[in-house]
Amino acid sequence: MGMTMTQKILAAHAGLDEVKAGDLVEAKLDLVLGNDVTTPVAIGVFEKNGLTKVFDPEKIAIVLDHYTPCKDIASANLCKTARDFAHKHAIKYLFDVGTVGIEHALLPEQGLVGPGQMVIGADSHTCTYGALGAFSTGVGSTDMAAGMAAGENWFKVPDAIKVDLKGQLKPYVSGKDVILHLIGEIGVDGALYQSLEFTGEGVSALSMDDRFTIANMAIEAGAKNGIFPVDEKTMEYVNGRFKGEVKAYEADEDASYSRTVEIDLSALEATVSLPHLPSNTRTVKEVAGMPINQVVIGSCTNGRISDLRAAHEILKGRKVADGIRCIVIPATQQVYRQCVEEGIVTDLIDAGCAVSTPTCGPCLGGHMGILSAGERAVATTNRNFVGRMGDTKSEVILANPAVAAASAVKGCIASPEEVMAC
Amino acid sequence: MLNGKTWKYCDNVDTDVIIPARYLNDPDPAALASHCMEDIDDTFAGNVQAGDIMVGGWNFGCGSSREHAPISIQASGISCVIAASFARIFYRNALNIGFPILECPEAALEIQQGDEVSVDLETGVIEDKTTGKTYQANPQPPFIQAMIDAGGLLKYIKGKVEA
Repeated sequence: MGMTMTQKILAAHAGLDEVKAGDLVEAKLDLVLGNDVTTPVAIGVFEKNGLTKVFDPEKIAIVLDHYTPCKDIASANLCKTARDFAHKHAIKYLFDVGTVGIEHALLPEQGLVGPGQMVIGADSHTCTYGALGAFSTGVGSTDMAAGMAAGENWFKVPDAIKVDLKGQLKPYVSGKDVILHLIGEIGVDGALYQSLEFTGEGVSALSMDDRFTIANMAIEAGAKNGIFPVDEKTMEYVNGRFKGEVKAYEADEDASYSRTVEIDLSALEATVSLPHLPSNTRTVKEVAGMPINQVVIGSCTNGRISDLRAAHEILKGRKVADGIRCIVIPATQQVYRQCVEEGIVTDLIDAGCAVSTPTCGPCLGGHMGILSAGERAVATTNRNFVGRMGDTKSEVILANPAVAAASAVKGCIASPEEVMAC
Repeated sequence: MLNGKTWKYCDNVDTDVIIPARYLNDPDPAALASHCMEDIDDTFAGNVQAGDIMVGGWNFGCGSSREHAPISIQASGISCVIAASFARIFYRNALNIGFPILECPEAALEIQQGDEVSVDLETGVIEDKTTGKTYQANPQPPFIQAMIDAGGLLKYIKGKVEA
């Protein structure tokens, strides 16, 4: 029986010729990641168990991105705990205010993850690096502590769903719409305990930023990981960034999948997820006109340069509607700088947007844009659970950056075409 | 043998409602427990009794990787969670901190709020004493059971790195 791409990476890191779905394996890790919320808990577990040494200070990344720049004293204490631990153990990759970006945009950008690698992160959206052809998955703090100590962890080999992509996306339709559509089709537990393996001729037409967005939200379908094949676009992205050895794994022809989902990219429309589950999808056209109070453009899902450019195209020379708060958060310092250099920041400020330093902030209801009872936001983030961005009676609607920008201009859910036609 | 009164919730109970992010800046288990479930049930934290049992539907614990979620439920006094299925990160986290969870769709569907339930973790037998019905939960794979018996993931890992 052949293996899926995910199974091959797991087998290679477990030192096995072959694995099959359901096997429990112990696999070596190329990188262990944590943030300011999860790392302090991992440190507590690490120290309470009398562990004194990390397996490799160059294979651990601590990214202080959630509540930073620190929103209160308690958050400052968390960051201090993480920072002190990083210094004590000479952790090479500590990203703090000034260099920090949102972890899942930052690590690929900095070349810290690459094709064929095995990565765990104490953050559920660690699955993002599947866009590069890596196996990466979110874990908890105890798993992070174990990974930091031993450089390995246990994994149950997942079955896979094959997502066969064909065609090409229309203007103003992006990777976000692909993944929202897929979650709408299979549900928030449609890929529970499984891999989502994206394949087909449609892959080559997707930009790397689109692939990052798609892999990022694999967790929102319950998946263990989402993964893309390594192609010319992947190599173009990693060249000059990633210092490790590129290993491009391919699924075997006779690999087994629990099911196949076909998506015709050319038929997709701009899509939103209504409260309170990412699977509650509608096309923008179906819900256009729904009033909103706030727009958030950013996050590990959609805070990359192409996302900011897409929002900019809509907002340039226009104004955020009266009464609407539009918060734009470039995901990394490099993206921020690019936005400054390309004049995007100036145009967004002229349009009436607030542009922030990188932070996860409002996505998880941390800070920088919390909602009051009865308020509704359109956000390019990844979750719209009850109370996710603030009060339990507030609402979050997930959308792509062009739709979010168009909605900011109109003051209600709106399609980019509608705004561009004005 | 665990015995307790049940707290029953719906499908897709997510980690944001188990413990909202606004409370994650204080990871002390007792502090987390005082806000556990408050966004979907503000009666829980004040009324849960030590030993009570939580029952969820499909995909319990979906969303974030925050280990604060099972920590808050455990620290509130809940002795185990029975659900139709668990989101995978929550599942790992619960096992890793030594918090018992059982997958049993039939029990998760039929047991009602406030029922008196007993759970035998060794056999996976769940008994609803209010209705008199018994259920068999899926057993843990042997590797996982061995890890639990070793005292959790970190004890297991410590044994390896110090070997």
